[in-house]
Amino acid sequence: MSETSIDAAPAVAPSAAKPPFNVLIVGVGGQGVIMVSKVLAALAQWRGFEVKQSEVHGMAKRGGSVFSHVRFGKRVWSPTIAKGEADVLVALEWAEGLRWLPFLKPDTGIFICDTKRIVPPFACLNRTPGAPMRYSRETADEVASYVAEGYAIDATTMAEELGNERAANVVLLGALSNALDFPVADWETTVADFVPKKTVAVNLEAFRLGRTWVAEARAPAADVPLVHAPVAASYAPRLEINADWCKSCDICVKLCPERCLKLNAERVAELAAPEKCTGCRLCEWLCPDFAIRVHLDPQAGAEGTAR
Amino acid sequence: MHTPRPSTEPLPRDAKEFRPLTGNEAIARGAWEAGVRVAAAYPGTPSTEILENLATYPVEDLHAQWSTNEKVALDVAIGASFTGARALASMKHVGLNVAADAFMTATYIGVNGGLVLTVCDDPGIHSSQNEQDSRLYAMLASVPVLEPSDAQEALDYTKLAFEISEQFDTPVIVRGTTRLSHTRSPVAVGERVVPPPRGFVEKPSKNVMIPAHARARHLVVLEREERLKEYFATSPLNSCEIADTSFGIVTAGTCYPYVREVLPEASVLKLGASWPLSEKLLRDFCETVDRIFVVEELEPVIEKEIAALGFAVSGKSLFPRAGEFSPEVVRAGFVKAGLLPPQPVSNGWTPELVIRPPVLCAGCPHTSSFLAVRAAGARVAGDIGCYTLGCLDPLRGLDTCVAMGSSIGNAIGMSKAGETKPIVATIGDSTFLHAGLPALIDAVYNQANIAVMLLDNHITAMTGGQEHPGTGKTLRGEPAPQIDYAALIRAIGVKWVRTVDSYDLAATQQALREAIAYRGVAVLISNRPCVLDPVKIKGPPLEIVTGQCTACQSCMNLGCPALTWSDQWFEGRHRVKIDPALCIGCTLCAQVCTIDCIKIAAPVTP
Ligand SMILES: Cc1ncc(C[n+]2csc(CCOP(=O)(O)OP(=O)(O)O)c2C)c(N)n1
Ligand code: SF4
Ligand code: SF4
Repeated sequence: MSETSIDAAPAVAPSAAKPPFNVLIVGVGGQGVIMVSKVLAALAQWRGFEVKQSEVHGMAKRGGSVFSHVRFGKRVWSPTIAKGEADVLVALEWAEGLRWLPFLKPDTGIFICDTKRIVPPFACLNRTPGAPMRYSRETADEVASYVAEGYAIDATTMAEELGNERAANVVLLGALSNALDFPVADWETTVADFVPKKTVAVNLEAFRLGRTWVAEARAPAADVPLVHAPVAASYAPRLEINADWCKSCDICVKLCPERCLKLNAERVAELAAPEKCTGCRLCEWLCPDFAIRVHLDPQAGAEGTAR
Repeated sequence: MHTPRPSTEPLPRDAKEFRPLTGNEAIARGAWEAGVRVAAAYPGTPSTEILENLATYPVEDLHAQWSTNEKVALDVAIGASFTGARALASMKHVGLNVAADAFMTATYIGVNGGLVLTVCDDPGIHSSQNEQDSRLYAMLASVPVLEPSDAQEALDYTKLAFEISEQFDTPVIVRGTTRLSHTRSPVAVGERVVPPPRGFVEKPSKNVMIPAHARARHLVVLEREERLKEYFATSPLNSCEIADTSFGIVTAGTCYPYVREVLPEASVLKLGASWPLSEKLLRDFCETVDRIFVVEELEPVIEKEIAALGFAVSGKSLFPRAGEFSPEVVRAGFVKAGLLPPQPVSNGWTPELVIRPPVLCAGCPHTSSFLAVRAAGARVAGDIGCYTLGCLDPLRGLDTCVAMGSSIGNAIGMSKAGETKPIVATIGDSTFLHAGLPALIDAVYNQANIAVMLLDNHITAMTGGQEHPGTGKTLRGEPAPQIDYAALIRAIGVKWVRTVDSYDLAATQQALREAIAYRGVAVLISNRPCVLDPVKIKGPPLEIVTGQCTACQSCMNLGCPALTWSDQWFEGRHRVKIDPALCIGCTLCAQVCTIDCIKIAAPVTP
């Protein structure tokens, strides 16, 4: 990642005079954020620092964002890192990394981010033709221009190639290890302490991969852009309801995801809020009496090229 | 100006070893070291791990249990205290509302064995329904509050709380916050010392609260509060760190580290005991410094006491009354006060943030229940648990949510007030046992016309998977009698009770339709287990035959996190794909697919 990394990672040695060293670790529930922070905290304590490690769990298990603050030094007061004060931001998921970028030290902060994308269901709710996925569109290069030093690593693929996708967090730990001057042997012993016994070998391999990857400041995996449907809405939905065939069963009214149908005074289905209709055809497919037809009148351009 | 008070000595401790502990682990350790014999709780973030940790200590040392709700938990602890044993009840802030009835009279009775309540507040509402400040309960009950600022103090103060409880004949609250509970730092641990047994003290005038006794006890409580103030005036719990006297800060609990982070050299009165407040202590400090600031999360408890002494004090005018504090918040307040220069911090980054709320798990048994209530066109009184997430897009299946167990009472009210839509209450198994049962009896008694969906996923899921009386296991994982919901519900007089498998969407919808059609109270129990706890369930994943998918988005209406848009599209919309790592094979998406293109994935041969 020659163009995104400014310098080789400096070895940082927290000392008595210096304020605490701040590492923010972020990701999505289930990715192993807490494990990464536990390894770092245990190691820092072992090296004789006062350590505070703080996170908020609770909703985390159910796919929400997870973050853990690790601070260590001679004396640590606040358990949380203030905006603009993280020395290193380690992100296990791309959009989560971007979310926390304002927490990095603007001039010296190091950004280590897995390029793994976990698209939440919320990003895929707009049924309008051509609607974009609501997920970050920034490329690794754009992000690099905002940080002092950045590494976009395809850690998940690296871990998969080692035969254990779950070791991606340890690849990132390996990358992080370059930013601190703790001995490699201590890192490896601590990692081994925190992973399941059966996976020690693969995790140590993952750690070394991440460590050498950053040390060599290698190029990132080719930036694979997100594929979005054609941006311009190419269809105008139009509903044709056959009043004679409608038997007032109400199914379409209840199952329309946009809730834009209703039964009129004659108890016949009617499009009450045409502006909300996305032409998804659910009513057409679900009507037991074939009373609804959805027409998608092409507006501009034709159907998006299927890939 | 008076001569500054010297800083007091740290609490004496006989440290054996340093361990990295969270605040909750340290509280549990402190209680164990103090010789606690009985501990009870109902789970609630962020307090849950206190009891989970106590249960890791030997069964010969203490009895630890999940109770059906916080009031029962406190009553269990009070009972143990009556017999002379040291006892602990643990809960989140809103749990104290439930326990408040017993608590407000327990304070009159006092204790025999030390009685400690560990109450964890949630400033910032990370995972709660409100952010009330438990110190106000302590004021109301005239009970002392100890507020640790880190894990070491969590251990020390918990131990000390038992001493204070017995010395002053009072229940004691150890108040934590989410930040204390879930921050790990090194803690010096000690040994367990069990005080000699005291035995039950037969003293009706103290133990039986009839009006005549209570009148006398109230005076004892008031007098006790004065003695506590005297004690706290000189206790090392409250420490006075005097440096520059141009200004001084009064703070407590987890706010103290933020103050020190931002103003490491300032004069600080750190209150380890934040209630009752000694006038002498406050007065001495306030007279020493020129300007007085109070940094406290949530309510202005300390600020009001200082103002009442006639000092000019700044608190809530600089530091917000809502939300969690952080170094930034504290710094911003002192910038506003002109004590710190403004800090421009920016790397120019203004991205469009990805919205990532917690969602129901892939294969969550609650999903289809909300599809069913929605298809039924019902007015839905919701309750608290994982299933509250059913209020979010795309399920949008829940109209209200108040407090634990409220759904059924709310539904009764809706039906009596003439709501025209069919009324459904949705309530989880743990919540039903916590506070839903009395409401269901009310519904039967008052002949309400409601349908209740009992979402029995066999666990207390939202708080991380705790056992309860319906799971057949105790806190320590031992076998226990298991509630038979259908029999229980019939026994209170419900005539329409049926059980359904929520993975069968058609059956669930049909059963709910019949429950709604029934005039009176109908209870539909869905009994699929949670996919996450106590065991992670993972069946063969499903797969979408992409070429056939018409991108109707019908399956996307489930909000299943295993379903996302693929890189292909049809009529301008993304075709859908399934993440095989997340899919647990519940088949719901296949059941709602309009063209039947979701199949069980062919097993991958390695
Ligand atoms: C008075 C009170 N006590 C505890 C909690 C914490 N809490 C929220 S949801 C929940 C459990 C819900 O369990 P259940 O009803 O079984 O639903 P599930 O999460 O399993 O779907 C608890 C204990 C609370 N919000 N209020
Ligand atoms: S933890 Fe269990 S109950 Fe909660 S969302 Fe997941 S599957 Fe559903
Ligand atoms: S079968 Fe469908 S709905 Fe169920 S977990 Fe898999 S993708 Fe989600």
